[in-house]
Parts: sequence; structure tokens; C-alpha cells
Amino acid sequence: MNTLLEIENLETVLHTGESPVRAVDGLTLTISPGETFALLGESGCGKSMTALSIMRLLPDAGEIVAGKISIGGTDLLQLPETGMRKIRGKRISMIFQEPMLSLNPVLTIAEQIAEVLQQHLNLSHEAMQARIRELLEQVGIPDAPRRMHEYPFQFSGGMKQRVMIAMALAGEPELLIADEPTTALDVTIQAQVLDLMRHIQQQKGMAILLITHDLGVVAEMAQRVAVMYAGEIVELATRHDFFHHPRHPYSQQLFAALPGKQKRNQALTVIQGNVPSLAQQFSGCRFVDRCNQALPQCRDTVPQWHSISGHHQVRCHLYSGNAAQAAASANTVAQQTVHVTPSTPLATDDVLLQVTDLKVHFPIRKGLFKRVVGHVKAVDGVSLKIAAGKTLALVGESGCGKTTIGKSILQLIQPTAGSVRFKEQELNGLRRSQLRPVRSQLQIIFQDPYASLNPRMRIIEILQEGINALKAYQTGYPGNDTAASAQSRENEIDALLQRVGLPAEVKWRFPHEFSGGQRQRIAIARALAVNPKLLICDEPTSALDVSVQAQILNLLKSLQNNLGLAFLFITHNIAVVEYLADEVAVMYLGRIVEHGRIGEVMSNPRHPYTQALLSSVPHIEADPARHIIPLTGDLPSPAAPPAGCHFNPRCAHAMPVCRAAYPPASSFSATHSAHCYLYSQEHRTTDYEH
Amino acid sequence: MSFSPIILWTDALIYLFVAIVFFIVWYVRRHEHLLAQWKRVGHSASGMSALTILIFFLAVGLLDTVHFRPALDHKNNQGETIYSVEVLSLLDVLVAPLRTQVEKTYSAPLAAHLYAKETIELDGKQVRTFARLQFGGAHLQDPDKEHSADITQLALKGLACGLLIWSVLCVGLIARLSRRSRQNFTPYLMVIWRRNTEIPWRAILITLLILLLIIGCITALAGHYHVLGTDKVGQDILYQSLKSIRVALVIGTLTTLIMLPFALLLGIMAGYFRGWVDDVIQYIYTTLNSIPSVLLIAAAVLMMQVYIETHPELFDTIASRADLRLLFLCMILGITSWTGLCRLLRGETLKLRELEYIQAAHAFGVSHWRVISRHILPNVMHIVLIATVMDFSGLVLAEAVLSYVGVGVDPSMISFGTMINAARLEMAREPMVWWALLAAFSFMFTLVLSANLFADAVQNALDPRIRTLRQRTVLPRFGKKDKHVKDNAPEATATAKSSPHP
Repeated sequence: MNTLLEIENLETVLHTGESPVRAVDGLTLTISPGETFALLGESGCGKSMTALSIMRLLPDAGEIVAGKISIGGTDLLQLPETGMRKIRGKRISMIFQEPMLSLNPVLTIAEQIAEVLQQHLNLSHEAMQARIRELLEQVGIPDAPRRMHEYPFQFSGGMKQRVMIAMALAGEPELLIADEPTTALDVTIQAQVLDLMRHIQQQKGMAILLITHDLGVVAEMAQRVAVMYAGEIVELATRHDFFHHPRHPYSQQLFAALPGKQKRNQALTVIQGNVPSLAQQFSGCRFVDRCNQALPQCRDTVPQWHSISGHHQVRCHLYSGNAAQAAASANTVAQQTVHVTPSTPLATDDVLLQVTDLKVHFPIRKGLFKRVVGHVKAVDGVSLKIAAGKTLALVGESGCGKTTIGKSILQLIQPTAGSVRFKEQELNGLRRSQLRPVRSQLQIIFQDPYASLNPRMRIIEILQEGINALKAYQTGYPGNDTAASAQSRENEIDALLQRVGLPAEVKWRFPHEFSGGQRQRIAIARALAVNPKLLICDEPTSALDVSVQAQILNLLKSLQNNLGLAFLFITHNIAVVEYLADEVAVMYLGRIVEHGRIGEVMSNPRHPYTQALLSSVPHIEADPARHIIPLTGDLPSPAAPPAGCHFNPRCAHAMPVCRAAYPPASSFSATHSAHCYLYSQEHRTTDYEH
Repeated sequence: MSFSPIILWTDALIYLFVAIVFFIVWYVRRHEHLLAQWKRVGHSASGMSALTILIFFLAVGLLDTVHFRPALDHKNNQGETIYSVEVLSLLDVLVAPLRTQVEKTYSAPLAAHLYAKETIELDGKQVRTFARLQFGGAHLQDPDKEHSADITQLALKGLACGLLIWSVLCVGLIARLSRRSRQNFTPYLMVIWRRNTEIPWRAILITLLILLLIIGCITALAGHYHVLGTDKVGQDILYQSLKSIRVALVIGTLTTLIMLPFALLLGIMAGYFRGWVDDVIQYIYTTLNSIPSVLLIAAAVLMMQVYIETHPELFDTIASRADLRLLFLCMILGITSWTGLCRLLRGETLKLRELEYIQAAHAFGVSHWRVISRHILPNVMHIVLIATVMDFSGLVLAEAVLSYVGVGVDPSMISFGTMINAARLEMAREPMVWWALLAAFSFMFTLVLSANLFADAVQNALDPRIRTLRQRTVLPRFGKKDKHVKDNAPEATATAKSSPHP
């Protein structure tokens, strides 16, 4: 097997803070021409640092202290910087996670691609324009001759990522490094981009180093997989071996931590703790503190590579001795992981929250006198209801108005029309002071745990804020500051922290001292502090790693079981929906297109959009029957939604009637309905509720 | 009584300011978590060195704030004591020789002769030569021979004196510290020397040593010479520089105090409430900004000048007139200079109000006032701190520019502005008179630099995300790991409380 990229014993150190961080610590891997190699791991494991080391684009604090990187026999670390410039973009290209930030906003697309071409190819002006056009057509940009002279802001996120890929392909590289290429994109767009990458790889025969944390993407794309943990690779296998027989406990636990339909009634396996700080010296296995199969020697002996079969290697003591012992312990693992928590939801059929025909329109103003020239219809006539103790998931792509619904229910954004009734009380139109009694019943958890806690307040102050604002209202007088009441309040805080799984003494700390998962726990504790009945969870796990996501989902589930909370779960992650939700509402461009019980919608989606959305989700299990329904184009602007059914320009089944008027609801069962002309309108109902 | 105390307007405001500072200190000491935050200021070596110098400037400024009118020797008809019309400060009394020993005109630093030749009568003949100074080097018989030896001797004496005072202070301090940490004197000295203390005592002591050496040296020399020379009318430049410190501090702090409420309140309100509030505030500051500020200040100060001149009965001394003009200058500077900070704060608040923790606070029904005071204000404080300290040097300079136009402080008041203004002509003459400008420059430079460094340390300390205790580590040299761990051991205990992750 000839090799394209060979990395031997790479060590990259970041000189930040008090002691050097060994971001990459003895990494060895080889990539063959034309293969897709996936580097998988949680954030902070050194994946991106590996990619930047290969490109020699490390930040100023970074330094490669040892090792060898060679591409096609050229040792990259021996090259001078001028020599390296001939490699970048020509032999190795890179695409980054955030397409919005990777393009220069003041240069046209053509100018940016021309930059790469000028550097590496000696082309005449005409030839260069022709090449740019060809590249853009190759990545599927429609109307390339015209659009190549447009600026990045005129492109959508998915289109920008296509442009980035075109730029990366301009020098016809042998190796493409894709650093989380689809993480910032929606599922349907992700499917498009992944498909494009596969396509181009087949055409050009280039190798791809795919860096990702998403097991689904790995399963779709990779031929070989390396699992990275705390700066080193712990398992190396072909895709088939990895997904069928993961050997390293970390890989096994990662799989177990994934939420999904099959695990609905059990707690997810949790990998305790966090990735250890890479600033320390490791004397044993790096995973030992979080491992559920740790052996005594794991603490003091660094594990070596053990070969399982031809191309399957693992760095774990479990496989050092006889295979039988390993198998035995692996079995016990299987037993350990399945510990079912009996779930007896305290659900009743009382409708807790009822939203009817909610509309949130943002005016677009123009001109000197700020005349209103149009409206962004972020939410355009949404009705839904949530029963006590139940979970309604609101699913949709970014920009479809999910978050706006959540905020307008809480009256953080003033709804334009419609009604929000909470326990028979109308919330729309109430004044700030009138809303205060309801506030304690309705709470929200935000997506970004880094932005949702005030960095200058201690945890105790953060938690007390809600209590002071609302409890004070309930008892009438706030300033009853005797020592006894202060003590009882502190006890209350301790109990809250323990409920979300944090020790009580953390209340004296500041938020920056916590990891993302811990911060999200604090955010949950803050919401719980006022004993809400309904929690609006706005993508609470999308900023977290898989293992931490499992911790938070478990916590939310146990809170629902114990406290009878109802959730409005806003997310784009279908796996989480399948794991947690009772009912699902699928949103498209400000409206709900399909609504039903989780089983009904997931196993029998009716609306073409739901079908496309579900089919676009990358799956771990190879499913031969699976057929991705490709969605062309992007989400239209909510300022000027398409006439008729909003989905008709992207729909494979669009009929003339779809362009004429918005379809009314068709019911398939008492709970399942969709807005689509494909289904008979006999069971027409005016709304979801009967 | 041999004096009658006088409290001028700016004095009162300074006393108020000092009282506020003392109240804040008292409040912080009573609240443990605030105390812990402020203690972090003490971790910065540059900040604490800057504070040492700042304290010197503040002490000079405060001494110059205590004003009184000394009693005159004779009494009036009714037998009451008459007080001088001249208002003196404690500083004036302390450095009385500097104030009273006035030469004829320019003389270079440490000179024994005037800077310009003049015709004098010597032994009955008219000679054109450099005349001897009346006070500077007056004790010398033959300045040409004894001059440098005398200066060296005096300087050495001063340095020795400074070193002695420093040693006494140093020994006292270390003895106290070592008793507090229950260690012996010598080991604790080594701890300080190796910079293993939480507060960077070594840096403080070194700064103090330098400061005391300079002060000692200057004090020794100032008895017999004009250390920084004299100005056109023969006044001692060192005295002028010392007197200027108070004016600079007053302009820097009082203007900021006047400006801050406008900038904070209006800026945050504009960003937080948006809508028509934002429109109104934006129009106000855009309008105010579009008026040339020098014009506005000139108009206001001249109006004030007219008022002062038409109401002479309101002022019993020249000092109180000059003081009122200074106060008015501060006010008008404050009113014209809040727009920049206000705009900055509006922008920052616009960003902050969309953050999720503010949204979460809204979801709890927290009142607008509490959101502003608990969430927004602490998170814009760093901008306020940087902007005010940066403004400080700008304001001192603005005073110089205004003095040049003639609308600055009262001409009878000594300030860096008037010194720089005078230096304009001195620099143009031949031979050049450079010492006045140099003195003003170095005093201002030291003051502004130390204020900046200290503000930097405060800002770092108040941001909980920044670690103030730096752990000095050996670079990763393989094979020396054990030593590396050992070196960190004493600091590990100090940082234990801030180490993350349970």
C-alpha cells in the first residue's frame, strides 16, 4: 500500500497559560491516495491542531516539537516557509468549519479563487476565468458565470461551503483536509455537501482527511477511522470494523452515549467527567479516569498498540493479555451499560401550554423615515399545545423560526398576533409586571452555555437572581435579610446544585471555571430554582460533545420523571428527538408542516419536507434501503416566502396547486397531521386540536 | 490662631472623593468575595509598582489640597488677627524654600549662575557676564571649582539618606510580614527575593527604593540649588511641577466624575432600551459632538470669567477665584467629553442585551434597573476604566491646549498646561530653555503611565476570567520534570482557590 501522507510521532505543544499544553502527543498515521480517513474525537482532543500542524499553520503559541510529516516523500517540517507555500493549496488544501468566516467579505468569489490559481498555476486571464467557472460548476453552484462575480454575503451558508470547497480544489490537491466541514450546516445542507465531497473524491481520486466529532458523518464518508483522545490516537480501524466491533472502551462508550429511538426508556450511558487537561504529564492511560473497564495497570503503565486484526489496532491494556480476558471484560461492559431507569412519567392530559395561531413578524424598515416596507415572517401562524409532563419537540433547520417561537412564548419577543395560553391564562399583551407571577412557571434553557451565564457573577448569585426576582414577588416583601433566611436560601441553592449533579461548594465560583457541560447544568439549576412547570429547551445540547450531551439528556429525563416537568424541546438533532420527545412538530419557514406523536412522524413521515429531513440525517448503521431524498437549494428568505406551499420550490412532488395556495391540514390519525396537497383533504380540520 | 483654614470648592470635592474611596474600601473589606477580587489587584507586579508611585503623587496632591491663610504679624484696630490674602497649602509650607527662593530669571538646573548674560557692576566696573544666582549655589566661594564636587557630595548624601530610610522601611515591613506569616526574618527575605509571595513585594520594594533615592537626592540638592532650574521670572521649576500635580489630578478626576454619570446612564440606556430613548440620546450626543468643543469651552469659560469679574465681592482671595474657574473648567470639560464614552457604552450594551444571560434574567422577570446594575454595568466596567484612564492624559493635555487659547486655568494657577504653554516660547529662544518642558513632560509621563498601569491591573483583577497569579514555569525540558513540579509547589497553594473543575 503506497502512502500519500505519513505522520510519525507528531508532537505539537501550545505555549499558553502557565504550562505547555501537549495538544498533539505522539500521533502516527498514514493516509493512502484516494482514501477518506476520518479523525474522530471530542472537542479539545487535538484534532484541529493535528490538521494545522500538517498545514504548518499553527497559531503563534503553537510549536511542533518532534515528529515527521511527509506528503509523497517530501518532509514538510524540513521545508522553508516559501517551500511550504507551494504545498498549501497545491498538494494539501483545507476547508474550515465556519464558511461564514472563511471568505473575505470585500472580495468577489472569483477574486478569491483566482488568488489560489495565481499562486499555483500560471494561467492567462481567460484561462483563469474559465477555470473558475469550471470549478464553481463542479461544486454545483448554479448560474456560475454570473454568480462568480458576486460577494460572499450574497451566498447562503451551504453555498459558501461549496465555494470553500471549490477554492480548496483549485490547485487540484492530492489531500484535502476537511475540519468539521458540515458542523455549522443544517442536516439537509450537510447531506448536499457530503454528497458533493464524495462525488469530487471519486472524480479526482484525492485523499480526504476528515476531522469530525459526528459519528454519523464518519459512517457516511470514511473508509478508515482513527479515534483521537487527549492528544493521541487510541483506536485505528476500517469503518466496518469500527462500527461493528469498536474495541477501545472510549469508542464503545461513545456509541453507548448516542441518543436514539432504541434507548428511549433507559438512561444513556454516560462517560463521566471531561477530557483531561493536556497540560499534565500522563503516567498511564489517558482515559483511565473515565473508563468503566479500568484495570490496575491502566493507572501506571502507558498502554501500547495492540493489533486486533489486520488493520484494526487499539491502544488499550484490555487487549494486551489473552483475548479471553478481554472478551470477558467486554461482556461485563455490555451488562454494565444497560441499566434501565424505570420511567413512570407523571404525565396527565392537562393542557399546560396552548399556543394558537402565533405570529411574530419583524418589520423591515427603509429610508430616512424608517418606513416599514415589509415583514420578516419569522413565525407565521403556529399552533401547538403541550400537556403537563410531556415533551414536544420542535424540529427544523436554522432560520425556520424555532427559537423565535420559544422566546415569544416567554414574551421575550413580543408576538405580533395570536394567543399564548398558559394554564388558562392569556400571556400575550400582558405587561412586564403582570407577567411576573407566570414567570416562575415558564423557564428557558439556552443553547450556548458560554453566553448564558454572566461571567462576572458567582454561581450563588446567578442562582439566587431568579429566586429573588420571583419568590420575592410571591411572599410580598424581598428585603427580609435575617441570618436564618439567608441560611435557608443557601441550603436551597445547595439542594439545587445537587439535583443537577454538582457539588454544593461550586456555588462560590465563577462560571469560567466550569466546562460546557457543567455550565449547562448550572443553567438548568437556575431555571429549576423557581420550580417551573414548563421548560423551553432551546438546543440545550448542540454546543456540547456527545458524551456530555448524554449527561445533560439523562439529567433532563430524570428531572421530567421526578418533577413532572413539561419540555418544549427546540432542536435540529433528530437523534435527540427520537430519544426524548413524546410529540414532534416539524417547522419549515415559520410554519408547522407536520405534527404528530413521535412514532407516527419518525416511522411514517408524510410531508415531503419531513421525509427529506429524516433521510438526510447520517446514520451509523449502514442501511441498504436508506435513500437520501436530495433537497435542492436553500431555505428561502422568510421576508419573501414562496407563494402557495412554502416548500414547493424544493419539493420533488410539487404540483401546480402547490404554487397557488398554502395547503390546509390533512389528518392521518387523531394526533398526526400534515400540511400537504399530496394527501386527501377529507379529514380537513381547522387546527390540530379536536 | 496663627492660620485660618480655607476650603475651596475643589478641595471640598476632593475631600468628598476621598470619603467615597474610603467608603468603598470599607464596603469591600466587609464583603469577602469583593475583597478576594480586589486582593487580586495586589498580584500584579507592574500594577503595584505603579501604585507605589501613584501614592507619592496622590500624597503631594492631597498635601496641596489642605489650604489655609496664615496670620499676619500685625493686628487690626480691634485687636483681631489679620490673615494674609495669600492662600497657602501644606505643601507650600513643606517646600517653603522652593517657593520663596526666587531668582531674577532663567537658570539651568543645578546652576550657580543665571542662564543669560547681563551687565552687572563688579568691583566698580560694569561687566557683562553670567551673574551669580541669589540662592542657587550661593554658599560656594568659587563656583567654577567647587560646583561639581559640591553637587556630587550633596547627591551622595541624599542618596545615602534615601537608602537609609528605605532600609528602615524595608526592615520594618519584612519584620511585620514575616511575623504575620510566622516565619523567621531571613527565610522570609529569601521568599520575597525569589518572588514567591502573593503580593509582589520585591517589585514594590525596588520601586520604593528608586523613588526614595530620587526623593532623597533631590531633597538634599534642593536646599542649595534649583534642581530643575528656574523659569522666566525665576520661580523654581521643581516647585511648579509639584504644584501642577494637584491641578492635573483635579482635572483628571473631577472631570471624570462629572462625565461618568452622563456617559454611563445615557450610554447604557440608549443601548438597553433602544427605540425612541436611543434616538433621543443619539441625537443629543451627535449634536453636542458636532459643535467644536474648543469653541464651546471657550464660550463657557469666558462667560464664567465675566461673571467672576463682575462679582468681585464673592471672592475674598485670588485663590478662590482661580479655584472656581478650575472647577468650572472641569465641569465644561466633563460636559463636552462624555460623548465618546457614551457611544462606546451604547455599542457594548447593544451587544450585551442580546446575550443569553440577559434574556434569562428577563425570563425571571428581573426589573430593568436590576438588569442594568447587575448584568450590564459590571460587564462594561472594563471599558469605563480604560476610557477614563486614557482620558486622564487627554484631559491634562486639553488643559494645556486651552491655556494656550487663553481659556484654561487661571493664569495665577500653576499647572502642567501653563508650564507647557510657557515652554512654547522658551523652546524657540536661543539658547534654548529646555528644563521646564522636560520637567512637565517627565512628571506628566510618570503620572499618566503609572495611572495606566494601575488601571490595567485593576481591570485584570476584576475580570474573574483572567488569572492574575502567574505561575512561572520552566520551559518543557525533558528529563527535568521533577524540578519543574517542585518549583511550582509554593504557588500551588496560592492558586488552589482559583483552580477550576471539581
